[in-house]
Amino acid sequence: MLGPNIPWYLAIAGILFGIGAVGVMLRRSPLIVLLSLEIMLNAGNLALVGFSRYWGNGDGQVFAISVMAVAASEVCVGLGLIVAMARKRLALDVDELSELRG
Amino acid sequence: MTASLYVASFGNFLVWVVWIVAALGCLGSGAAVISFTNPFYSALALIGNLASLAVLYLLASAEFVAAAQVLVYAGAVMVMFLFVIAYLGGRADAPWAGGPRWLRLAAVVAGAALLAETLVALLWKSGTLEHSADIGPSFGSPAEIGRIFLTDQLLAFEITSIVLLVAAVGGVVLAIQAHERKQG
Repeated sequence: MLGPNIPWYLAIAGILFGIGAVGVMLRRSPLIVLLSLEIMLNAGNLALVGFSRYWGNGDGQVFAISVMAVAASEVCVGLGLIVAMARKRLALDVDELSELRG
Repeated sequence: MTASLYVASFGNFLVWVVWIVAALGCLGSGAAVISFTNPFYSALALIGNLASLAVLYLLASAEFVAAAQVLVYAGAVMVMFLFVIAYLGGRADAPWAGGPRWLRLAAVVAGAALLAETLVALLWKSGTLEHSADIGPSFGSPAEIGRIFLTDQLLAFEITSIVLLVAAVGGVVLAIQAHERKQG
């Protein structure tokens, strides 16, 4: 194949996953936690696409598209929760949102 | 040394250059997403991250996934994000990071440990991943993806549709509850 081999793709995927994990652990705003989650999901997608290319098998790409659908669902529910929290005038801070009770 | 060999090696060089630019853009915008205080800028940086990932997908012969990435992620999902951030306005701004200092330090150490683990595992096995399989021209095309989705991976297709339906209903239920509570 032209360009870099699959280990280079996997290295980028690993570094992106680390960046996303640090964002989820470090940031307090639920919006930025969701954005960091998107980065982690995309790192997984990049690894799937890279392995799909390595084996010459399209199943990995199909799974990457399923992951995209799951990410879209997660954003739909997560943003719905954030909007519901904002309407109840709760603080948008994951450290203070430690109770499930509404 | 024939001319076609020169053309092939120039093509390889070009692919390397595009790959490195996309990879650096990907990592830089990823770091930008988690370092901005304003979520609006973070969301804009994530759009750049998704676009450069789409370039990497293209270079790995995943044309349909790259198109879906730009349409679904950079288009639909990010518009929803930006809409919610604009709806929340100034309330969306949050302090950069909270908690005691040792907790922040522990988060960075945990992230670095995760990264080191991934890279060590990769270096350990990278020798076995040198030679990719040969692929036909239809690899990664919409027709090929559709064929796999509707034959071998039919169960994944159906489960995806149910997940999307549940998420849509969940989003509506959340909105209705917030509305009722506001009225009553």
